[in-house]
Amino acid sequence: MSATSQVPDQHGRFGDFGGRYVPETLVHALEQLDLAYREAIRDADFLKTLDGLLKDYVGRPSPLYFAERLTEACGGAQIYLKREDLNHTGAHKINNTVGQALLTKRMGKQRVIAETGAGQHGVATATACARFGFECIVYMGEEDIRRQSLNVFNMKRMGAEVRPVTTGSRTLRDAVNEAMRDWMSSVQDTHYILGSVVGPHPFPAMVRDFQAVIGRETITQAEASFGKLPDTVVACVGGGSNAAGMFYPFVDHSEVELVGVEAGGRSNLLGDHAAPLTYGQPGVLHGSLSYVMQDEDGQTADVHSISAGLDYPGVGPEHSYWKQTGRVNYTSCSDKEALDAHGKLAQLEGILAAVESSHAIAKAMQIATERSPEEKVVVCLSGRGDKDVFEIARLLEEEI
Amino acid sequence: MSAIDDLFGRLRAENQKAFIPFITAGDPNLAVTKAILEAFDAQGCHLAEIGLPYSDPIADGPTIQASYTRALADKIKVPDIFSMLSEVKSLSMPRVCMTSYSIVHRLGEQKFLEMSTTSGLAGAIIPDLPLEESPRFAGLCKEHDFSLIQLVTPMTPRDRALRIAENSSGFLYFVSVTGITGTRDSLPEDLLQNVAWMKEQTSLPVCVGFGISRPDHVRELRDVADGLIVGSGIVRHLESCDPANPEETIQKVSNYVGEMIAALK
Repeated sequence: MSATSQVPDQHGRFGDFGGRYVPETLVHALEQLDLAYREAIRDADFLKTLDGLLKDYVGRPSPLYFAERLTEACGGAQIYLKREDLNHTGAHKINNTVGQALLTKRMGKQRVIAETGAGQHGVATATACARFGFECIVYMGEEDIRRQSLNVFNMKRMGAEVRPVTTGSRTLRDAVNEAMRDWMSSVQDTHYILGSVVGPHPFPAMVRDFQAVIGRETITQAEASFGKLPDTVVACVGGGSNAAGMFYPFVDHSEVELVGVEAGGRSNLLGDHAAPLTYGQPGVLHGSLSYVMQDEDGQTADVHSISAGLDYPGVGPEHSYWKQTGRVNYTSCSDKEALDAHGKLAQLEGILAAVESSHAIAKAMQIATERSPEEKVVVCLSGRGDKDVFEIARLLEEEI
Repeated sequence: MSAIDDLFGRLRAENQKAFIPFITAGDPNLAVTKAILEAFDAQGCHLAEIGLPYSDPIADGPTIQASYTRALADKIKVPDIFSMLSEVKSLSMPRVCMTSYSIVHRLGEQKFLEMSTTSGLAGAIIPDLPLEESPRFAGLCKEHDFSLIQLVTPMTPRDRALRIAENSSGFLYFVSVTGITGTRDSLPEDLLQNVAWMKEQTSLPVCVGFGISRPDHVRELRDVADGLIVGSGIVRHLESCDPANPEETIQKVSNYVGEMIAALK
């Protein structure tokens, strides 16, 4: 079976994966959301408003930048960076939140909830809610609040309420649980702006579509810059939204190699990484069937990554589909490799990447080294690293 | 005919309503769960729901979440739960389990059914397996004469509620509120009306759950519902259970269930 871009089907299936494994309370709301979304993307006015916001508010298109010194240092293929870090709020997350906020307005809802891990999606949601005048509540694990205090401050400054989540591992997975529980009671007047290509249908497809602007721009910019499509495209994968947005427009261009990089953490032992596509197996988590880290009973396993944004036991169902069909190669890189790449990019290019994106940079450097100078490797630099300074300094045992 | 069909046939003939308590398996350990199931039976409960703890229960409020966390902290495993259930096969009340589809999927639908039927369960409630995702598993359940109890909520449109009722077996679980499990002071005003409407549409017994925790809730609903399901009201008694001396907790649960059953009459 080869991969197609004509997914999901009407039940939200990407091949065997996806679906809608949620309590009955949410089913009708998800059906309404699916309907509203499908109507919106056929509405020229909606698309025009969205394009205007992406241009004037987010600052798109984001540049495709040739990383000359990084390329030289690797001594192989030419490395280009898709600069999602230069978007308003410093990451790709805003592409999705602006889209979903516009949809929230169209549905006549006034209250928004969201989950966040690294805080980038929380900030992007708080930003969009401030822009549209919505009440905004962000669920965030206590452990992540500790790791990402800067983003917490910024969310509050924009009028959002940040609710600490104290259950389970106190990270992204628990924040999703709490947001879903809130939505179980508030679904009539509240929209849940999910931040990644995970969750029940239609979220995986909708978030992918709002993020696909990354890949579409990359195609146009690659043709303008070097007259062809890239040979290889690399992106980091936690829930997988920047990767899905980057890869999706390339899916039917089978000559382009796609590489997804998961968080390899400390080791390949269960609990030491956050790489379900590399080490996990299919299971149900947060409303869809996809690769997940579970124990033999189906209980979600603890995961680890230095990156709060990749510290998640599941992954979007379309990634599982791309893995199954072989369209995307999934691999992982360790905490240490990501930290090293973070330093290299800072010193060679003057770019401080998010620790999430540094996973993709690390793998792209390895790939570039093995390839000829005629080849072009594009990396999705999904976010900037300001939020990570304290955590990276702590890991490097340096005082700020 | 499953044991649940027999039960409701008998209750209807006697013009009686079912009291259905919920208990988490393994909180604080399986010996206590077993003793509580025996106490339920001794008090005259009609059907018991056994919760198989799951790490990420999105439909559950703080009381049941905390109970699941306590059970899982003790490294409880699904096969151990089924072993315990096999030891209470002689109880007169039928037993069903409630769990996440995550657990069923991981075990495999066929194996889950085999383990359930072997250990004497008459059915299952799988809240995160809605109508659209359930046809294959529902077919397997039917082959095993195993009830797959579906849920209807205040958010369910009426035409959808009819389709759910057609596809449910054993009984229909009518969720009283838009929200998660947990005790509540009062029940929604339109609940009685909605349950009455549902009962006119289906020959299946309609049992109401979520938020029911007091004898006055039971009195409010007993004339319209075929059965009442109580979860958090029971599970909260386990919060203070000393695993070494559980007798006091078991007695408290037993007394509470006794008061609730008394309110049915």
